[in-house]
Amino acid sequence: MSLVEGLRNGDKRAVAKLISLIEDGDAAATAAIREIYSMTGKAHVVGVSGPPGTGKSTLIFRLAQEFRKRGKKVGIIAVDPTSPISGGALLGDRVRMGDLASDEGVFIRSMGTRGRLGGVSAATSDAINVLDAYGSDIIFVETAGAGQTDVEVSDLVHTTVVVVMPGVGDEVQALKAGLFEVAHIFVVNKADLGDADRVASDLSIMLELGEQGDWTPPVLTAVALRGEAEKEVADFLEEHLTHLRESGRMEEKKRRRAEKELMIAISESVLERSLALSSGRSFMSFVDEVLEKRMSPREAAIRLLEESHSGD
Amino acid sequence: MKKIRVLIAKPGLDGHDRGAKVVARALRDAGMEVIYTGIQKTPEDIVEAAIQEDVDAVGLSILSGAHMTLFPRVTKLLRKRGMGDVLVVGGGIIPPKDALELKKAGVAEVFGPGTPLNTIVDFIEKNVGKKPDVAG
Amino acid sequence: MSDEATLKDIERARREWEKRTLARSLEASPERSGKFMTTSSQEVGSLYTPSDNADLEYMEDLGFPGEYPFTRGVHATMYRGRLWTMRQFAGHGSAEDTNARYRYLLEHGETGLSVAFDMPTLYGFSTDDREAEGEFGICGVACASLEDMEILFEGIPVDQVSTSMTINGPAAVLWAMYIAMAENRGMGSEVLRGTIQNDILKEYQAQKEWIFPPEPHMRLVVDTIEYASEHLPLWNPISISGYHIREAGSTAVQELAFTLSNGFEYVKWCVERGLEVDSFAPRLSFFFNAHSDLFEEVAKYRAARRIWAREMKERFAARNPRSWWMRFHTQTAGVSLTAQQPENNIVRVAIQALAAVLGGTQSLHTNSMDEAWAVPTERAVRIALRTQQIIAHESGVTSTADPLGGSYYLEWMTDHMEEEAYRYFDRIEELGGVIPAIGKGFYQREIARSAYRYQREIERKERVIVGVNAHITEEPEVVEYLRIDREAERRQLKRLKRVREKRDSRKVRGALEGLRKAAEGEDNLMPPILECARAYATLGETVETLKEVFGLYEEPLVY
Repeated sequence: MSLVEGLRNGDKRAVAKLISLIEDGDAAATAAIREIYSMTGKAHVVGVSGPPGTGKSTLIFRLAQEFRKRGKKVGIIAVDPTSPISGGALLGDRVRMGDLASDEGVFIRSMGTRGRLGGVSAATSDAINVLDAYGSDIIFVETAGAGQTDVEVSDLVHTTVVVVMPGVGDEVQALKAGLFEVAHIFVVNKADLGDADRVASDLSIMLELGEQGDWTPPVLTAVALRGEAEKEVADFLEEHLTHLRESGRMEEKKRRRAEKELMIAISESVLERSLALSSGRSFMSFVDEVLEKRMSPREAAIRLLEESHSGD
Repeated sequence: MKKIRVLIAKPGLDGHDRGAKVVARALRDAGMEVIYTGIQKTPEDIVEAAIQEDVDAVGLSILSGAHMTLFPRVTKLLRKRGMGDVLVVGGGIIPPKDALELKKAGVAEVFGPGTPLNTIVDFIEKNVGKKPDVAG
Repeated sequence: MSDEATLKDIERARREWEKRTLARSLEASPERSGKFMTTSSQEVGSLYTPSDNADLEYMEDLGFPGEYPFTRGVHATMYRGRLWTMRQFAGHGSAEDTNARYRYLLEHGETGLSVAFDMPTLYGFSTDDREAEGEFGICGVACASLEDMEILFEGIPVDQVSTSMTINGPAAVLWAMYIAMAENRGMGSEVLRGTIQNDILKEYQAQKEWIFPPEPHMRLVVDTIEYASEHLPLWNPISISGYHIREAGSTAVQELAFTLSNGFEYVKWCVERGLEVDSFAPRLSFFFNAHSDLFEEVAKYRAARRIWAREMKERFAARNPRSWWMRFHTQTAGVSLTAQQPENNIVRVAIQALAAVLGGTQSLHTNSMDEAWAVPTERAVRIALRTQQIIAHESGVTSTADPLGGSYYLEWMTDHMEEEAYRYFDRIEELGGVIPAIGKGFYQREIARSAYRYQREIERKERVIVGVNAHITEEPEVVEYLRIDREAERRQLKRLKRVREKRDSRKVRGALEGLRKAAEGEDNLMPPILECARAYATLGETVETLKEVFGLYEEPLVY
């Protein structure tokens, strides 16, 4: 039985192996994605972002339980950074997910960023496609870190949830890296650990000061550990999906997603190509040119590319 | 590029996760992707995670002494779910005689206290993907 | 301690010495290592002189044994009066097995009992709960109902022997069973002497044997402290423990700082409950680790006593000198035991025990050489106990109080650790206090980092562990070890079944219902928990009732 057949039959092993092939950049993955791509586009894809330690995984765990109660099949992709030095990664998000994994209707996969250029990788995008084709009704994509990756993921998802927690007073400042602008729902988590109301009102003030669109992001406080507020967050997730559909924004979103996927695919191809070039013979001679200051790096790059094209 | 993926899991009740976490970090530093499950996982949870994460190896850590009950349950369940090719190693307070029995039950190696981290890393690097899939 | 002019002379002379004698010596033969450091990776200088103790004020910082700030010990006579309590942590299998071991230990000169419970008991499960599978009796004794407790202490004069129980999450329940056991033997609770560990904060930080979220757990702790202050005046209702923090991989300073700051947190909660600080503070006790780095350990104990005394007096305004005392139990470092060449562990334990005694401990457990493999055999336990007796009677260190006091190195180290501890207190404060810092994974991260650093140092051979990364022998280790009798588990399950059948089930239901109602309210939970114990409600049933009200806890993950 092929992996794609397995996926169609709901075999979790096949789904897992398919994602591994994607992560490893295996040629078989390209073929498999081509086969399943037409089956995608049904799931509600939700990004969950925010600084490390804010309780994103626990929140997702609670939300997944809630959506299971609502009869939905849940997929979870938890992305953690790969160490740039060793290339290894510690993926610990499952710890928060309890015994959820043993639920037939839940699939959880941890992924390392594997240090690809351009932030969010083609692997994340294709893993979403696999879980979508597998029949997940809702897919959570958790990204840890305050920055570029989270913002990039927002182009791949329909709804972005941003999680913060009360701390030492700079919670809102910490979101300035663009995350604030892409959020559809804010959750002030671990509200039992301090001044959650202050953080929530800071967020609300910032939102009022910003541009007003047709969706005003709600600011919710939660104690995910105790299972408080997940119903409310789940309701808002469904409301946002309805809003996207009714306002016609969904079409826009889908277009953005297609653009983004294509851009990622292009940059991965270009990256592969440049890696191939860098191991080629003439690369070293251009390095010498740059080293001797006879050419600027940019100039050398253009010449190198021209040369390689004429050689095609 | 293929990366080695390892699940580090703590079956049983004990909360002594110092060893599991140190090993997890060492494997990460050796370039592997390490999925950590946290403490008090049932053999069923561990095997389910191994499937969804599609790991090449499972490392089990236990200090409570319940290894003779719980380790063989994990290897048996893995075989039953068609994951017999996954390398299983164990660590903790495990007397030599028990270690011998565990090896018979499908645990590839047992690492006691004081095992150098490199020994564990090397063992996993050398032995993943070598076991024939004895799916049952 | 010396006057300024003398200090200047010493400093000048020291610089001279460095240039002349030391430099020449280094030229002839360099030092063995580029860096000398303690077990906790604290760098150590080549020599300490009075100038390293320049800020030390004898009366203010050291004083006299039995007097504030107790740096030199809590008793005026120290071990000239009474030796420490030799208390070996023991328990395995069923209550019968462990009862036999206790009688053996008392016959061999042990002076106090210390109960190790098995994993299910530690997590509040009865032996017949599903979660208990495979764990019965391995790490300690199973105690699922009052009947187990009665068998455990059969024939042991609990009105004379003091009993320490290592139990945290379900501490109140096991303590209630102990009190009920004594009642059934016709003793009033006021004669009972002993300790329950009952330190839940370090569970979240290091050992992970929690059940409920921090707030209800803290309520239970305060309930037991309050109950002890009213009904069991000789009982220590808590043993604030650095031991497990250290075992989880912390440094000595982290052990010191986290333990003390947890201690202050308990005091704060009790005071907020409305308890008078002097009504409970004298019964707060502590529990520390002892590693092999002798001076670092001794300094840790001395710094701990000094900080505790100062904070209790100045911050919490305790007036009874007994509230300023820090009394502590010590156990040698389990993590320092090696599976390789296990006999070497006897020597490690001896050094560690010596550190505890030089540091003025009130009670001591020495580990057995075979514990890196399994629970110890009787022979190994006897050697461990003999080690304490040799230190007590042959080493001479017990003849005078604080024999190392005044050592330039030790006093420098004591001061240094104290400073570092205060730095940690500030960090914890910045994070919003102990419980918020737990929620943010602060302790867990600090400890995991230290553990990893330590292991890397061994791997890189920056740190030598004999038999592990140096002086290795190739022959396989042959150790005898104790195997748990599976028959005992069947016996235990049968007994539990019988208990369930013969008890008055209406009384059990009533007691559990009473506990539930009390838990929903704000009253002290000890009386209803005692009712459950008396009715032979099982541990699992009692804890389950509380879980339904309090909920469960999940930890933040850090490596």
